[in-house]
Amino acid sequence: MGEAHRLPDLSGPILRVSGLKRFFDVSRPLLNRLLEGQPRQLLKAVNGVDFEIGEGETFALVGESGCGKSTVANLAAGLYAPSAGKIEFEGVDIATLSRRQMSPYRRHLAMIFQDPYASLNPRWRVQRIVGEPIRAFGLLSDRRAIARRTAELLQQVGLSPADGEKYPHEFSGGQRQRISIARALASQPRFIICDEPTSALDVSVQAQILNLMKGLQRRLGLSYLFISHDLAVVRHMADHIGVMYLGRLCEKGPADAIFSHPRHPYTRMLLDTIPDIEMTGRRRIPVSGEIPNPIDPPMGCAFHPRCPLANQRCRRERPELAPLSGGALAACHASLAGASWQPDAPPE
Amino acid sequence: MPRPDTETAAPAAPARHTTNFLHRLADSDIFYSFRHSPVTVAAAIVTLLIIFGAVAAPWIAPQNPFDMASLDLLDAHTPPSWEADGNPKYLLGTDDQGRDLLSAILYGSRISLMVGFFSVLFSMAVGVSLGVVSGYVGGFVDALIMRIAEIQISFPAILIALLIDGVLRTLIPEAKSEQLADTVLIFSIGISGWVQYARTVRSSTLVERGREYVQAARVIGIHPLMIMVRHILPNVMGPVLVIGTIHLAVAIITEATLSFLGVGIPPTQPSLGTLIRIGNDYLFSGEWWITIFPSIALASLVLAVNLLGDWMRDALNPKLR
Repeated sequence: MGEAHRLPDLSGPILRVSGLKRFFDVSRPLLNRLLEGQPRQLLKAVNGVDFEIGEGETFALVGESGCGKSTVANLAAGLYAPSAGKIEFEGVDIATLSRRQMSPYRRHLAMIFQDPYASLNPRWRVQRIVGEPIRAFGLLSDRRAIARRTAELLQQVGLSPADGEKYPHEFSGGQRQRISIARALASQPRFIICDEPTSALDVSVQAQILNLMKGLQRRLGLSYLFISHDLAVVRHMADHIGVMYLGRLCEKGPADAIFSHPRHPYTRMLLDTIPDIEMTGRRRIPVSGEIPNPIDPPMGCAFHPRCPLANQRCRRERPELAPLSGGALAACHASLAGASWQPDAPPE
Repeated sequence: MPRPDTETAAPAAPARHTTNFLHRLADSDIFYSFRHSPVTVAAAIVTLLIIFGAVAAPWIAPQNPFDMASLDLLDAHTPPSWEADGNPKYLLGTDDQGRDLLSAILYGSRISLMVGFFSVLFSMAVGVSLGVVSGYVGGFVDALIMRIAEIQISFPAILIALLIDGVLRTLIPEAKSEQLADTVLIFSIGISGWVQYARTVRSSTLVERGREYVQAARVIGIHPLMIMVRHILPNVMGPVLVIGTIHLAVAIITEATLSFLGVGIPPTQPSLGTLIRIGNDYLFSGEWWITIFPSIALASLVLAVNLLGDWMRDALNPKLR
């Protein structure tokens, strides 16, 4: 079904994001600006991000809250229009398409949200929620066929078909997230954007949901854009990782390389926050300082006020992503110059 | 396949939606708070009695006050039946045209209720749609609608209704004005009251719009109009029902006020307000009943509806207080 919609270009990445920017105008109202002589203020939520996601892969975006990772997710889902840059889905730049033109591509992408209590319409029965994409894309028209398909989808995520008759409030957080996943699968997408899908759940339930998502990926050949701040979760899920800081990627590469040999000081700082039995007794660098105001980011490297390796160059000149040994790319002057990390002797 | 997470799944859930609606209603918190508030029960009884009287007027009223042929001018100004000059035929006495007051009140509350009900519906339709659009679309449209709302709310509602009523009356040809009197009234009272709905609905829409289920619908590419109607509307209607009930009392009073001022329902098919105005001319000549009985009916109706509205506000949404 729907094979005709698919584009010939299936060899390339399913999603390629290049030079992606999204600015929000957070200026005060016009009258205030004129009276108080304030300039326009732009919040550069995403300020030049590039990455690719291959068929069947999971790309994880990690970073502290406010770094712009959710904005990237919303941009990829077509919820916002980018201020600059391209979002190529199956080889077509979806950022330039109108709502109607985008409709054949929407079928192939879906989204899972963070808050399982807000992501399901409380007044709708589960079968209507799960069936919504089927009806919206006109995949099935017969009511009985839709009912059969929603029952099948519910079973696929580990719920019973009878649950379709219930309302969302009759389910637990983990079960609601399963319903959310069933809805995402309804249009048979190839690519699913997961915006912190487990951060609102208990740890035990988190593992169940993550395993469900991995199983579905294997069975259906799905690609995931996985947004998370939880590195333990990311380690479990991701093939490739992008570390975001203040709207830019500061390190990007295969998950193994980043977890075993993190190059950017920020990545190391984040990795040090993962509890690990083997690390007991070792000195850690705690995540120090706070994320600066993104309206007025620091000059040069945005991370320099918090960076233990920062030198004069970092304060003046913004580093670009550059390839390093191990297959990863990092945007750091100090790492490029070969400065090493010495947790036991903090640099002056 | 076994159900893996069972942490907080409600075990009683499957049984709940199979039991019938009445049982659920009897079990609900709302019904509990209703039963335990004697004032509310009394108000509900009074409201239901008046509504019943209004609806059943053609069958229970002793006389049809709109039928000029059945009126007898010789019976005009008859006091209530328990007074010395009373006539047992006219329980509450008659007015200046010999209309039986009890019948006139029954028929009058019919008009009052109808005008009130339809102007509330009209207000609700206008206010809710503008509020949802304003909150969902945002930007310039939102600013425009909300500025108009603020300008309108800075004038008393009765003044707006009076103004629109006056303008419409001059636009309508003389011959049709009597026929269209209730439509004109419904329109002007309705227009004067939409702001409250729009503001409330706009703020709830702002909350709902930010919720992820709306984003989920947008990711699928559902048309914005459909999102507003199918997703947002059902989730913002709770407070609207409460405002609607309280507004019903206000609308009835506004209708009565306009009719009292002589710009509402014409005396040929009097509403409660018109009856009070007619009676008012005779108050000082000792014929108190013509104005007092319709006034009592109006006051009890408005008070009862108001009390119901207050109770509903507290029971359904304590945050609105």
